[in-house]
Order: sequence, then C-alpha cells, then structure tokens
Amino acid sequence: MPIEMTMVTFYIDNQPYVVQAGRNLLHACLSLGFNLPYFCWHPALGSVGACRQCAVKQFKDEQDTRGKIVMACMTPAADSTRISITDPEAHQFRASVIEWLMMNHPHDCPVCDEGGECHLQDMTVMTGHSYREFRFPKRTFRNQDLGPFVNHEMNRCIECYRCVRFYRDYAGGRDFDVFAAHDHVYFGRHESGTLESEFSGNLVEVCPTGVFTDKTLKKHYTRKWDLQTAPSVCVHCGLGCNTIPGERYGTLRQIRNRFNHEVNGYFLCDRGRYGYEFVNSEKRIREPLFREDGRSSLEAISPDSATEKLIEFCAESSAVIGIGSPRASLEANFALRTLVGPEHFFQGVSDRETSLSSLVLSILKEGPARSPSLHEVEIADAVFVLGEDVTNVAPMLALALRQSVRHQPMKIAERLHIPEWDDAAVREAVQQQRGPLFIATTDSTMLDDVATATYRGAPNDLALLGFAVAQALNSDAPKVANLPDEVSALANRIAVELKDTEHPLVISGMSCGSEALIQSAANVAWALCAAGRSAALCFTTAECNSVGAALMGGSGIDTAIESMSENTTVIVLENDLYRRADRAKLDAALAAVKHLVVIDHLDSETVQKAGLVLPAATFAESDGTFVNNEGRAQRFYQVLSAKSRIGSDSYGDPFERSDQLRSGGVVKESWRWLRDVIKATDRSDAGHWTNLDEIDGALAAALPVFAPILKIAPPANFRIAGQKIPRQPHRYSGRTAMLAQLSVHEPKPPDDPDSPLSFSMEGYEGEPPSSLIPRFWSPGWNSIQSLNKFQDEVGGPLRGGDPGQRLIEPKQTGPKFFDEVPDAFQRRNDEWFLVPLSHIFGSEELSLFSPAIAARAPQRYLAMNDDDAGRLAVTEGEEVELRLGGNIHYLPVKIRHALAKGTAGLPVGLRELPFVDLAAWGRIAKCNHNE
Amino acid sequence: MAGGYQAVRKVVREMTPQAVTALIKDSNLKGRGGAGFPTGLKWSFVPMGDDARHPKYLIANADEMEPGTFKDRLLLEGDPHQLIEGMIVAAYAIHADVAYIFLRWAYRLAAERLQRAVAEAYANNYLGPNICGSDYSLEMYLHVSAGRYMCGEETGLLNALEGKRATPRAKPPFPAVSGLWGKPTVVNNVETLCNVPHIVNHGAEWFKSLSHTGEGGTKIYGASGKVKHPGAWELPLGTTVREILEEHAGGVRDGLKFRGLIPGGASTEFLLEQHLDVKMDFESVQKAGSRLGTGTMIVMDDKTCPVGLVLNLERFFAQESCGWCTPCREGLPWTAKVLQAIENGDGQPIDMQRLALHTKLLGPGHTFCALAPGAMEPLQSALNYFKDDFERHIREKRCPLR
Repeated sequence: MPIEMTMVTFYIDNQPYVVQAGRNLLHACLSLGFNLPYFCWHPALGSVGACRQCAVKQFKDEQDTRGKIVMACMTPAADSTRISITDPEAHQFRASVIEWLMMNHPHDCPVCDEGGECHLQDMTVMTGHSYREFRFPKRTFRNQDLGPFVNHEMNRCIECYRCVRFYRDYAGGRDFDVFAAHDHVYFGRHESGTLESEFSGNLVEVCPTGVFTDKTLKKHYTRKWDLQTAPSVCVHCGLGCNTIPGERYGTLRQIRNRFNHEVNGYFLCDRGRYGYEFVNSEKRIREPLFREDGRSSLEAISPDSATEKLIEFCAESSAVIGIGSPRASLEANFALRTLVGPEHFFQGVSDRETSLSSLVLSILKEGPARSPSLHEVEIADAVFVLGEDVTNVAPMLALALRQSVRHQPMKIAERLHIPEWDDAAVREAVQQQRGPLFIATTDSTMLDDVATATYRGAPNDLALLGFAVAQALNSDAPKVANLPDEVSALANRIAVELKDTEHPLVISGMSCGSEALIQSAANVAWALCAAGRSAALCFTTAECNSVGAALMGGSGIDTAIESMSENTTVIVLENDLYRRADRAKLDAALAAVKHLVVIDHLDSETVQKAGLVLPAATFAESDGTFVNNEGRAQRFYQVLSAKSRIGSDSYGDPFERSDQLRSGGVVKESWRWLRDVIKATDRSDAGHWTNLDEIDGALAAALPVFAPILKIAPPANFRIAGQKIPRQPHRYSGRTAMLAQLSVHEPKPPDDPDSPLSFSMEGYEGEPPSSLIPRFWSPGWNSIQSLNKFQDEVGGPLRGGDPGQRLIEPKQTGPKFFDEVPDAFQRRNDEWFLVPLSHIFGSEELSLFSPAIAARAPQRYLAMNDDDAGRLAVTEGEEVELRLGGNIHYLPVKIRHALAKGTAGLPVGLRELPFVDLAAWGRIAKCNHNE
Repeated sequence: MAGGYQAVRKVVREMTPQAVTALIKDSNLKGRGGAGFPTGLKWSFVPMGDDARHPKYLIANADEMEPGTFKDRLLLEGDPHQLIEGMIVAAYAIHADVAYIFLRWAYRLAAERLQRAVAEAYANNYLGPNICGSDYSLEMYLHVSAGRYMCGEETGLLNALEGKRATPRAKPPFPAVSGLWGKPTVVNNVETLCNVPHIVNHGAEWFKSLSHTGEGGTKIYGASGKVKHPGAWELPLGTTVREILEEHAGGVRDGLKFRGLIPGGASTEFLLEQHLDVKMDFESVQKAGSRLGTGTMIVMDDKTCPVGLVLNLERFFAQESCGWCTPCREGLPWTAKVLQAIENGDGQPIDMQRLALHTKLLGPGHTFCALAPGAMEPLQSALNYFKDDFERHIREKRCPLR
C-alpha cells in the first residue's frame, strides 16, 4: 500500500485542519481530539456506515448555510471538505440515534457487566439524550451458551455489527453469524455451543455493550473502576502480546488487551485472555517448603530459614548447577546464572531445543533478513510458512497472517478508487482474492482456508521444499536432487510469488525439532534479500521468554542431567523438568543429587521431588522483562503486590491469607530469592541489587546484547510532577473497607521499588510514557475506546512510541547459504516418524490451570492418516501401542487425513502424556491388550 | 424482415455498443422502477476500455414488491421475450458477458414463462455464443429470489444475488464500477428494459414523440383501490392523473367519493382533488409534492381511513427493514407501533410530534438506503393532508370511520 504523504486541509466549524489525505472524517476528527460519537466503525475493522451515530453536517462551500447530514465514517476528509460537528440538526440526529438504540435496550446498567466501561453509556452521555418517550414493549431474545469464555445477553444488542465483522471477516471464524431482519436482528450461532474461533474472546472488547462479556470475570466480577491494573505481557506463548491484568482483593480477575501497535494491536487470543487463572490457583506455592531428609512431605518454613537453607546447600556442594527457564524473566534467569556462574548455568529446555534456538538466534543476528514484529507480518505481501502450525503455536501470528493476505489485493480497490477504510466496498471489490500464502506443514492447519497452496510432509520433506525454493530464487543455494515434479513445480511457484513482492515473509520455528527446516527457511529469506527484497524471517518460539533465555546461553537440560551427581545441588528456576526431559533419566538423576531446590509458583512433579521449595512470584506479582520471538524486550509490571495480605474467596470477597500471617509477604520475585543468597555468599559486589534497575544494569553490562532493555521504560525513580503513576483508577472504591473486618487501621499501601507505579489511587492522572500506561481511560471515554486519546492517529502507534525495544537487528550482508540438504523422508516398515502436534488449549503449561481452558484441551491421542491406520488395522478411537525412547505408551488413535504417510502425530504438552523428545522414530502396533 | 428480435439483430450486426448507449441517451428513457434515473446515462458509467474488468453483468430487476405495483408482472407474464430482447440489447451496449433476471419469488407463472422464453432464445441463437452470427456472446440466467422487499433495492439485489444477506451497499462505489461480484454491473427495471427494443427499432425521436412531455416514451400506469376498473394501461408518459383515474379506471365506485391517492406505489406522497390535472411524469409529480415512482396509483375513497391505510403501509415497511441501519431498524417499528396505538384508540397528543419528527429524521442521507425515506413519504403527507383524521382518532379514542 503506497504511503500517501499528501496533506489536505478540511474545515470543522469553519476552522481549518491539516490531515493526511485518504482518511475518512471520523478518523480525522477523532485523531484531532474531537469527541464525535460512533459505534460500528472500529480502527481495525474500517467503516461500514451502519449505525448512523457519527452524523455531521456537510456544506458544499462557505455560502451553503443549509448543508446536509452525512456520516463522518463514510465521507472522505478531502481537500476543502467543510463540516460542522456542533450543527444543531446534526447534534439532534446523533441524540436521536441513541434514542432509537435505547428503545429496546434493557435499562440494566446496575447489573450489567459492561457498566463502567460501556461504550454505549459513554455515547449516550456524549449525545445528551436522556428522556425515554418510547412507551411500547421492548423486543427480547433468547440467549445462547457460547462456551466457557464468552457470555451472551442479546437483549442489550444495539446491532452495530462489529461482532460478526470481527468474528467472520477479520478472524475468519465460521460458526457465528447475524440472523433475521428489522428489529429482530440476532447475533449468535445457529445453536448454542462453544465458539470455535481461537479469537472469540475479543468479542468482549469489540462489543460496545454488554452483549458479549468475559464469562470468567463473572466468577469474581469487578467493575472496571475497582480494578487495580498495570501494564503487563502475556506469558502463554512467545509472541509477547501486551496485556492489562486487573486485580482486586488479591485475586487476578481479568486480562484485557493492552494496545501495542507493533505487536498485538487491538486483539488477544483466547489462550492469552483466559489463561490467567493459574495465578489464583490452589496449586500456588505461597510459602517456602522444606523436606527433612527421608521424610516424605514438604513442610512450611519461614523465608529467612529458607534462604539460610539454600545458602547452606550451596556452601556444602562441590557443584551447584542452575537450570533456568524460558518462562522466567530475564532478571530471574540472570540472577540464577550469576549465583551459579555461567559455566554451571543451563537453559531450561532440552538439548535439542537449545541447539535449535541457538541456530535461530545466529540466523537472525548474522543474516540479512529482519525479524519482523507482528504488525510487520500484517503488512507483508507474500508469506511462506515452513513447518509451523501457527494457529496453535503462536495464535496471534495466525490472526496477523489473515490480514496479510488482504494486503496485495488492496491494489484492486485502489484502482477502483475505493478508500481502504471503506470496508464493505473493499471486500466486495476484492471478493475472494488473496495475497500469496503458502503453508507447508506436517498436518492441516486452521489457516488453510486462506492459503494459496498447502503442502504436507514429514519435516525433512518440508525442509527439501524450502531448500528447493531457495535454489529457485538463487543458484548459489544448494540444489535438491530427485525432487518429485509436482514438488519442484510448487517450489518454483512459491519462488516466483515471493520474489514478485517488496515485503516477502518466511515463517518457521522449532516445533518440528528439525535443524534442516530452520536452515531451509533461512536460505529462502537470504535468497530473497540477495534479490533486493526487504525479506523478513519470523521464527515462532514456544514460551514468553524463550528468546531471552536463549540469548543468555548455556547448555540444555539433557546435558544438565548428565552432569548431575551425588555431590550436586540443583537449583531449578520456574520450570517443571518433567515437561522437558525423559522421565526415567530424570527420576534417576534427581534421586541421586545432593539437593534439589525449586523456585517456582505452581506445584509440579519437580516440586514434589524437591528438598527445598521457594515461592516465586508470577508475572502478576513481579516486575521484569521478557523477550518475544521478534527479539523485542518488553517490561511487565506487577498488578498484585506479593506482599499483600489479602486474598479472595470463591465469591470474590476479601479475606486475609492466614498462611501469610506468620511471615507476611513471602512470595518474592525469583531474582530476589537468588539475590539474597548471592549477597550472603559475599561475592564482592556482585548481586547486591536492590531493585529492578540495578539488576537490569548488571545484566546489560554482563551481556551487551541486552543493553537496549535499559531504554524500555523509565527507571523506578521516574516521576511526573513529582508523582508516581497510580495503578488504581481515581474512582477505586473500598480502600478503607477492604480490611475493616480484620483491622480498622488502614494499612500502608505496599511499596514497589522496581517501578514508578504505585499501589494506590494517588498519583499523576495524565498520560504517562506508553510503557507505563496502566489502563486506558479518558474523561467521557470509560470504555476501551478511550485508547483513541492515547494515539496521535487513531489506529496508529501510541503517542511517544509503542513499548518494547528490539534486541536483534539483521546484518547488511549475510553468511553463505546452509548447504546440508537432508535426505528425503523414507517410510519404515513398523516404525513411524512421530511429529509434535500443538494445541492452543492444552499444549501450554500455565494456561492449563484455567478450568475453562483445561475443559477445551484434547484427551491424549496418537494421530495417523487413514492409510497408516488401515495398515495397522485400527480405526478411530482404538488403542495402539507406541514404543518410543525406551517407553511404552498406550494411546487411542485419531485419524488425521493430512498427515504424511509414515508419520504420526503426538499432542504436545498434555498433562496426561509424559514428555517425548520429538520429532523421533517410534514403533506403533495395534494394541493387544484391548478389552 | 418480420418477427421478433429485430432489435437484437440490428444492434449486434450494425451498431457499436457505444452507439446503442448514445441512442438510449438520446431517447430520454428514464428508469421505470421508481427512481427515474436516465437509463442511457447509467449505461455510460460502465467502463468500456480494454482494461475494463470482466465478466460484466446486466441485471433485470424483476423483484417487483413496491405495494400497489403490478406492472412488471404483466410484462413478465405477457411478453417475456420483449424483456429478454431488451436485456440482450442493454447487455450488448455495456459489453456484458452474463445477464440475470432477478425475479420476485411470488411470481411463479412469470418464472415458468421466463424459463421457457430463455430456453427458446438460446435455441434460436439469440443467447449463448455468437448471437445472430456476430462476435457477441451472452449467457442469461433466471434467478428466483428468496423473498424480501430489500431485494428490489439495486444494491440489496446484488447482495442477494451473491447469496449474501439482502442489505444494501453504500454508493460510491457505484455498481457500474463495482457491482455483482465486484465487477461492472447495470441493474435496470423490467419496464425500462422492455422499452429498449422499440427504441432501437423506431428511433429516439419516435420515442420522445410518444409522450405528452419532454420526458419520452410511454408508461404503464396502474390503478388499484376502490375504483370501478382497477388495472393497468400503457399510455403516453405525462397522461394526467384525472385521465387515468376517471377515464381508464372508471373513477371511484358508486357510493364512494374520491379522497386522495398515492400515485406511484406505497412510498410516494398523497395527491388530492386539487392535483387531478397534474401530468403523471417525473418532473410534474415532483412539483406537486409527490413522486411518479412506479406509476401505479393506490386510490383512497372517503370511507377508507387514512390512518389505517398509512398504518398498513408502515407495518409493511417496518417488517421489510433489513436491520442494517439504526433509524430504519428502530424508527420504522416505532412509527408503526404509534400508528397502531392511534388506530386502537390508545393514541396520545404527543404521538403527532413523534410521527412528524420521524418523517424529518428518516430523510435521505440520514439512513443507509432509501427504504426508510420512502416509508416516510406517505406518512408525512398524510400527517399534512389528513391531520384532522389523526387528531380525531386521538381525541375520540377510536377510528371515526368504524
């Protein structure tokens, strides 16, 4: 899309304003700060002109005094356009629109979840309508059960059509639509049932009223103005979407989207939105635990004793090793590394993953292809996905890809002079045309419906396709011999389509466990760079700090296990090793070591084996830094003080945590537990960090790749007009009543030495730097639409720039192509090549603690295509015996037609399935012990 | 040469598409579907260059659902080949590749006859490849609608034909630029297209000479209501109201007196006794405060309650609202409910203001399409001309005529 830098002058109430050409009037007026009401327009969805709320008066010229009413969202802000917002007829019309919407709207604000952040409330006040004249019965609907995430209350609907446009047009969902006509228009499914789209949760933010609300919030409902919030980052995959967690009475109540133009924009996936309940789980470790030698159970001890014990263990072991974690912050990993020393620090992932992530990082650091942000993915004009089931591994990346395929066809609309924001007209002109998206994976994916072509194969075959594409693009890339004709033809086609654009994108990752696949992706991207294209290369990563942990270096868990002996003290940081290593090996090694110390927030198998357990703060209770798959370092801030004495019961009412009464605030950031040990072992001045700025300073000094993290956000002593930034809105209630049943004395608010944010309502009420914005609110704009006030251009970057700092930039010229072309995949007689199958609900560790998500996780299974199942004489649901890596698993069969013959699929990360190091060969046989 | 399809033979063998469009422009033919837009001008908006997008479409709007209108039905049932011929000429003029007849579902007899006529045309090389031995090919399909008044709206029709919900589209872009499936499309009314072969055969001047005013051609006028001879008649465009009502329809039935009429289907304003000498052409009717619309008048006698009549119409419009835009979706049911209350004797004085306000608020440009503004036309003029009737209903808490 060519960037139009021409400016136009248009007039609002006879005042001239200069704006960029190509905008519509609503966009222009909102960006200029005018409070023009609207409903159906959305910055990510464009204009359709349905609601008629944004009516303004347009005049032909200065002499025209009569004018006519037009809809701002559907009218171009062209040169010399003249409008009036305050024109009395336009004002009355806008108030009438609210009056019409209020005819049937149930006046249930007091019991409606949306109240307090309701766009309809805001627009009603803005237009000035107040008196009800309609005296007839309202139309009503029956609601549907849409599943555990989204609540349905259709009587509140104002028929703005945003939900169906988001669900179907933007997110590609099929099982939700609009039905019927006139004032009986209905938005829902054809029958009750769980919404299938992985992005269904966005309905609760897209809907301007309380039709679609967060069903999990209902269990512990809190008004927006009563929620304490902070800027944070999602912990459920490697994309690092920005979030706003909301807390009250010590429970995390809700996750909402935090706009970041470069990353997630306006939306989140359902795993990120609903995976938060692990923070409140009864499986949380809330105090230090210690196991006397030989005794079987872990007993609570005081934090000081716990720290002493750890110091003891470190002193008495000849070898102290630390195993970090890709889901722990940079600071936590660095503290552990500092304590044990870089030579004894291990990355918290398998050796295979360590080596693959190392490869990925060197490709991004040494090569010419840029690691793109999610926003850059959206505007890529040709995409090649090699080996990643994006919808399940990095869901928001899939949403971005759905937008990217609209990019090239925009030319059609351009030629017809249809503005980009005229959404219905653009879609009509473009029809089903899409930009090139080629998906080469081991199994079918949810993105296939927008793919130009798909290719299925075992990882080696996918790599061969990649190598072939690179060769077709550049003769210096290695040749692939003996490629079947149709694969060769496909490779040529992909090469042509990728080369024919300015911004091609290659996506790959470590999910298949294949080095060759990653190398082939690099070859394609580098070949495109050599051809003068601005090629981007995106690698998905599994966890929220996979890249951060990988940048810190260290060998993998398998090497760590090898190094364990009876003299070793093992410190495990926020990691359940049983999810990442072979059970038998792990059992043996952990049984043998001198001490096993675990610092974590949730109970796990590893915790159950430990001799000492220290309670780590979750993301919601700590401040820290994660690095996403783009290489963007982002800051998350605590929303719950770990030191708070309050918790909530199942009704959401406050109670005092008796277990914390004894010791008072024992949950600590992992790095602070470790810092206390480092300080005590008195190693010069290392590790005497008092706050986040100091540990970040040490980290940046020790590992220069992390230097940009010092620029992510202002330091802890940052103030505006001498004030901190309040986590609580100025209407926050109950401060003195909250603990009144325990003590009438109002406790001092907890301190956060790591940030300029306060646990209070007091502080600077204006707009802080973007990385510190704890919530979006503006006078008169109580809903998420208030975000408009934080952007210079609505829909554009946050004022002052979006949060996050990139750590990895490409080099101008690159290394030579990778030249180890693998052999084609060969089937074996009674062995199958097992490939991992990822599930958005089920494969990720933390989100599984949310009941709603666990309910949607699949049962364990083994997938094979019909041909292979036929060979084994098994049908869907029958059990087979899988022998793999010295273990036997009994699994029911699922038929997946798209899996390549000779391969089989195992779901990743399910609790009932032990860890398997995939991809690998395994023997499968029909189960003889059936019945 | 004798027989039908002379016009098709003439255009594909002897005229360029541009010449055909120029001819129709010259003839002053205006759309007979209600809007009165100059037909030749509409055709001229279709891009004709080598880089024009294909396939291009020509669509006959046979979704006649304007209450009181039945002229197209007569044309469809009585002479389907006339329409088909007109469509082929129109399609040729815009380089269309495919033509559709979008037919109202309830017109079953028309569907049968059109189906047969299309097949006959194919069999005789008037449709399909190389029409009459020329380079021009055209495929034609009959599509029977699933129902709803909104399908008669040009852009609602396009959406319905694509299998989507029948909601309208915003213009620009106009269908000539981005229409059916995003391609250049012209939608014309049945009656409009039926004039085309005759213009080709006899020329623009002849066509212009047929009317009483400068607007060209004949019009099928109709009359319904309690008249002696309800029906339809093809007359010169510009025939007076009086001639249609008294001469052809025989005047109001014995024992009843004329009170008013809606000249062009439900969505037009009333004309009264003082307007009987108004010429029924686009400009003259507009000057008299109404619209020619479809030209089929609904006649109201003095024993028919205007409130009840308007209530009936507004209930229709409220039900047919597609539900896309707020004022129509909510405003029309409100007016219908208010009118029902008045008719039931539950009206309140403030209801008059509410109705009047709606006639102002639901104006063109305020709503997404013309359905709601059309719905307000009879209401607005009834409030104006029959104010007493409304007020009596409210005061006496009943319909005075019952």
